[in-house]
Amino acid sequence: MAFKNWRLITDPINKNNPITVQVLGICSALAITVKLQPAVVMALSVIFVVAMSNVIISLLRNTIPNRIRIIVQLVIVAALVIIVDELLKAYVFDISKQLSVFVGLIITNCIIMGRLEAFALANKPWQSFLDGVGNGAGYGVILVIVAFFRELLGSGTLWNYKVIPQSWYDAGYANNGLIILPPMALIILGIIIWIQRSRNKELSDN
Amino acid sequence: MDRNSNSYIFIYSIIMVVVVALALSFVATTLKPKQEKNIAVEKKRNILSAIHIESSADNAELLFDKYITKMLVVDVQGNPVNGIDAFTIDLKTELHKQDAERHLPVYIAKIDDGSTKYIFPLYGKGLWGPIWGYIAVNDDMNSVYGTVFAHKGETPGLGAEIETKEFQKQFDGKTLFNSDSVFVSILVLKDGQTGAEEHSVDAISGGTITSKGLELMLSDCLKQYMNFFTKNK
Repeated sequence: MAFKNWRLITDPINKNNPITVQVLGICSALAITVKLQPAVVMALSVIFVVAMSNVIISLLRNTIPNRIRIIVQLVIVAALVIIVDELLKAYVFDISKQLSVFVGLIITNCIIMGRLEAFALANKPWQSFLDGVGNGAGYGVILVIVAFFRELLGSGTLWNYKVIPQSWYDAGYANNGLIILPPMALIILGIIIWIQRSRNKELSDN
Repeated sequence: MDRNSNSYIFIYSIIMVVVVALALSFVATTLKPKQEKNIAVEKKRNILSAIHIESSADNAELLFDKYITKMLVVDVQGNPVNGIDAFTIDLKTELHKQDAERHLPVYIAKIDDGSTKYIFPLYGKGLWGPIWGYIAVNDDMNSVYGTVFAHKGETPGLGAEIETKEFQKQFDGKTLFNSDSVFVSILVLKDGQTGAEEHSVDAISGGTITSKGLELMLSDCLKQYMNFFTKNK
């Protein structure tokens, strides 16, 4: 893969991350990061939706009438989201119950419309696909990091397996109930942004 | 063709909508059988949970067949109705019918210690949408053995707490009838309200409307089984 194409994937994961740098898609990052499993499913769903809608819009980019382009984008994103929702209901019912309304709300995830407008409308399908995968992955990485800490500290489990030994609990350790609540996700997110900015000087404003 | 002309826009949107509609209906029809099976399994897990049996998606059907020995359909007079599968009855549609036309399911379970439990479905309104559940009653038709509640979209952390074991556990051992055999159902009380200990549980702080909806659901749904209770006591 050419270097330029590779950058389409790596940039959004790191220095142009949709959550920590562009600060998009925060709501869902707070809502579904209590446990790792739903976070991973959500991340995969978003990667699928961004990548596919990017490709479709990019294929259609020369036919879409400019005046209704937002509507066309919405219809395509909405259709893809419904397909994802139906698939989840059929194959991972428990998780689809946990994600409940948030799958439907992928439609409103600013990352998706943002990529369609900013990238897919002006680029070729393959590049758009990579851009979609990159941005979806950038979103997913943050989701998984936040969910990792919230599940570990909040429930003492990872991927629903107990990782904190019973002896700790017997010795007086307790799960932190506060971590389960959305505000703590924001704080973890803040810490991630802090670490990222302190390591990468390009990102700090003067 | 001019991409900004009205006719182009119209034709474009019509084609797009038709294509999307076809794709979606294809996906929905292909996946429907699998989704319906998931919903049936979920229902079985809920019913099992009312008699304190934990199941997973894999063993729910097996355990259901093991513990639920009989499924009855009764009318409001408490008489059995034949020829209807109790499991497929949708309580929501039954509740919209006239009293005399209602078909009410009853699930009868035999648990490990050999005792018989009667499980009744519940359906009501929460704050944002429907709430439902099952209540298992001992064979004295009075004391509660277990409950399970679920909801469509109650507020997480507030109304949605009805889904938790902690809330549901409160119902165990409560009684539906007072000492004079008058039906009192189970009340969901806020702090400061008083009620007989054996007929009431604590409401959820911040979830008053859901709690009240649940209380109403219990009394409304169980009231229909009044004749069934009397006949089987």
